[in-house]
Amino acid sequence: MTRVSMQVDGVTYTDEVEPRTLLVHHLREALGKVGTVVGCDTSNCGACTVHLDGQAVKSCTVLAVQADGAEVTTIEGVAAPDGSLHPVQKAFHEMHGLQCGYCTPGMIMASIDLLKENPNPSDTEVREGIEGNLCRCTGYQNIVRAVQQAAGELSGSATTPETTGAQA
Amino acid sequence: MTVTEDAATTQVPGPEKEVGKARKRKEDARLITGRTTWTDNMVLPGMLHLSVVRSPVAHARITGVDVSAAKESPGVVTVLTGRDLAEEQGSIPCAWPVTPDMKNPGHPSIAVDRVNHVGEAVAVIVARSRTAAADAVELVDVDYDLLPPVLDMEEAVREGADLVHDDLGTNTSYHFVFDAGEAGTGGDTEQAFADADVVVSRRFVNQRLIPAFMEPRSVVVQPQGDNFTMWSATQIPHVLRVMLAMVTGIPEHKLRVVAPDVGGGFGGKLQVNPEEILALLIARRLGKPVKWTETRSESLMTAHHGRDQVQFIDVAADREGNVKGLRVRLLADMGAYLRLITPGVPALGAFMFPGIYKFPAYRFECDGVFTNKVPTDAYRGAGRPEATFAVERIMDELAVELGMDPLELRRRNWIQSQEFPFTTVAGLEYDSGDYDAATQQALDLLGYSELREEQRRRRESNDPVQLGIGFSTFTEMCGLAPSRVLGSLSYGAGGWESASIRMLPTGKVEVVTGSTPHGQGHETAWSQLVADSLGVPFEDVEVLHGDTAVAPRGMDTYGSRSLVVGGTAVIKAADKVVAKARKVAAHLLEASEDDLEFSGGKFSVRGTPGSGLSIQEIALAVFAAHDYPEDVEPTIDADATFDPVNFSFPHGTHVCAMEVDTDTGFVKIRKYACVDDVGTIVNPLIVEGQVHGGLAQGIAQALYEEAVYDADGNLTTGTFVDYLVPSAADLPHFDTGNTVHVAPGNPIGAKGVGEAGCIASTPAVVNAALDAVRHLGVSDIRMPLTPERVWRAIHQGGDGGDRATAGSNAYGGAQTETTAGVSTPQSALGGDR
Repeated sequence: MTRVSMQVDGVTYTDEVEPRTLLVHHLREALGKVGTVVGCDTSNCGACTVHLDGQAVKSCTVLAVQADGAEVTTIEGVAAPDGSLHPVQKAFHEMHGLQCGYCTPGMIMASIDLLKENPNPSDTEVREGIEGNLCRCTGYQNIVRAVQQAAGELSGSATTPETTGAQA
Repeated sequence: MTVTEDAATTQVPGPEKEVGKARKRKEDARLITGRTTWTDNMVLPGMLHLSVVRSPVAHARITGVDVSAAKESPGVVTVLTGRDLAEEQGSIPCAWPVTPDMKNPGHPSIAVDRVNHVGEAVAVIVARSRTAAADAVELVDVDYDLLPPVLDMEEAVREGADLVHDDLGTNTSYHFVFDAGEAGTGGDTEQAFADADVVVSRRFVNQRLIPAFMEPRSVVVQPQGDNFTMWSATQIPHVLRVMLAMVTGIPEHKLRVVAPDVGGGFGGKLQVNPEEILALLIARRLGKPVKWTETRSESLMTAHHGRDQVQFIDVAADREGNVKGLRVRLLADMGAYLRLITPGVPALGAFMFPGIYKFPAYRFECDGVFTNKVPTDAYRGAGRPEATFAVERIMDELAVELGMDPLELRRRNWIQSQEFPFTTVAGLEYDSGDYDAATQQALDLLGYSELREEQRRRRESNDPVQLGIGFSTFTEMCGLAPSRVLGSLSYGAGGWESASIRMLPTGKVEVVTGSTPHGQGHETAWSQLVADSLGVPFEDVEVLHGDTAVAPRGMDTYGSRSLVVGGTAVIKAADKVVAKARKVAAHLLEASEDDLEFSGGKFSVRGTPGSGLSIQEIALAVFAAHDYPEDVEPTIDADATFDPVNFSFPHGTHVCAMEVDTDTGFVKIRKYACVDDVGTIVNPLIVEGQVHGGLAQGIAQALYEEAVYDADGNLTTGTFVDYLVPSAADLPHFDTGNTVHVAPGNPIGAKGVGEAGCIASTPAVVNAALDAVRHLGVSDIRMPLTPERVWRAIHQGGDGGDRATAGSNAYGGAQTETTAGVSTPQSALGGDR
């Protein structure tokens, strides 16, 4: 067992872990951070995406020991302390960017990171930026809209993507 | 919003309708913040973890299982084999014996002396932690005496073929026939073909797919005395509870099943899973709570698959393009066993092959075939995508043969809007629609003429990137299902749905639905329905579901049934609430019931403005129960069960414009437009989302996905590296629209939307690719349209599938007869297929 200490969503945790423990399993099983989920075993689906020292990582490809001393943000820690949603969370809700919601934590974490790199992505840039995250429900169109709406809000511009559900 | 002083005195408009509003979903709050209750999140005191030892071979006798080393592994509590559980495990149920003589070999949850597919359970490790259980799996030593694997359906039905289940004496589970002539719904099919000017015959392969819901399956069982609670990532807690009781003998009233947040299903969680049975049996045996959560690799390998048909389809027509007859013969791969509705999937499709066309004659035959692969079962559309694919593909082939425009051929043969209700040659009564209107709107959305013009330019200039446009004008049967019809099809249950409404003393409302969601947005849509019916605020409605102790009656969610059947039950329960409240209101207002009107949630006496009682006030009044009529009970709560009398029939026109690089075989959707008529739209946001998601899965069948087995029966697409669930970068923008023709069969007027996109899109995409390269001599390309297959079809002829799948794909493993050209009536009738 190895002692690891990390700050997760603003709280410092110190635990003994088996060296082989994946970060996602440490988060879920030791820390109870079950908002972050496991969707595959080959690092393809991205459902387990978290931020490690501010960068999006698939937490199934990081060992818990590699996160020793690091700062981890999960989906449970992105809203403001008063509970108000992060613009990306809000946009996923407003643009109907989720259905079953299983991919959503990873999708939101990946999108936040994408917008940090590229604050005003085109449709294609969003699609390529989140291609490491699989969604089986939405067909991605509303996720793309959500990321673009969040981009607008984060950059303070008023550009809003077309409204969903308008065709009815 | 500012409320002005004189608002009360001016003419008050009727309350704004919730139905039709793009309400943002109530469900989202927990899902976007990670405050979810996935089954795998659950931890119970003393909980043990299960890991399943699975067969690495497709077909073998088990000659020995040595678990001694595994039992010694740290943290392992016990290891159980098939022998240990043989007496109590029963058989995974099959609810749909489609013919009286259907052969069902039985389906053990854990293999006892034989394995019939790779991934079948042979032992279960029970350990104190997830990792301890996983570590011990490889310590179990199983001896297998190999048997020849049966993988190719066309081989499997030949005389003298190796057998999956030798005690059955055949690989054919059933032979299902629907003949319109015999059923009295159409003419003599053989005669129609004999008399036809033109017959076109094709063999299509509808490949094996994997539902690939994002949340892996998971189950937790807690024993409490002789009671058991099961949490499971299932679509069907109600059906599962009944089946668990029947399979294990545990009395139904001692079982509670809970589907908490469930991360997608698409039919893949419409199942009684072996691992659910095993978890229950082991929890009972050990008296401890247990959890099993699958890995993705386990999921792809052992959760049921979908599709997998070889389709022989013949169409007869006259020279003017009037269709005269349709004949379909299917080989449908059951896999190694029959699960819940395995044999019923192709049988359900039987009624949809005629599509939207007025075929005067129709005959359908299907052989359900056993192979040494994981069983197939429901996957989004379940039988209807297969049928739609075949008919929409053959209509294009017929158009080519006749030299007609494919849309003109369709238009000539489809049901006209004034002909509804229309009884089809398959005996279904289509409810409403307008195929012309949907088609025109879809063409406008696509920008059809410009793209046709571009296609012409590219063709003339011999552009290496060719453009094609493909259509799918489809309908589907939804709103599963009228119970009596299910009975006539030998299905083991009904198709009704149940709802309850509980009026709380503070005026809030609880709606209990038996239709269990897993991403569809029931909590939001049902709230909209109830807000309109009872005149209560949308926010004041809470929808409860997915727990047999809370929502005791239900048939769950599949077959685009929830709103059509479950939503109607909610409306009917609300009507009863209003009727009960009316009696109380009349008593309290000292008025006759007939003099009361109910609007905007308030009962008032006609002609007495200002008087009245809200339904919330009545809820409080009956809670206090100090003053209520003599002849009623002190509650206005109500239950309703709705059993539809007919299916509903959404329809639509999907148009795909596709670029095909003839040098590389790479295909790219240039534009995709669709117009769906799903009846009344309760929430346009949700409807659009359902269409998008369906499109993604239907397009994925056309372009990306296939479950491939090698010659030994190993699944070679056993991870998301190899099984290509498309990413955002792989899919186009969708232009969607709707026409609305209300469904006459339910008070909402809804037809169902869950499967539309998935059913319609696949043939539109393939037709588009073929339209791009037809002039190069290509008449079929095997799905999925990988660059290799497309390139081979263009440059080497055939459907491009031979080499790409040789020795690996179950179909391709045998010599592939490439799709035939247009045949003569004689060859089609005689057929050496």
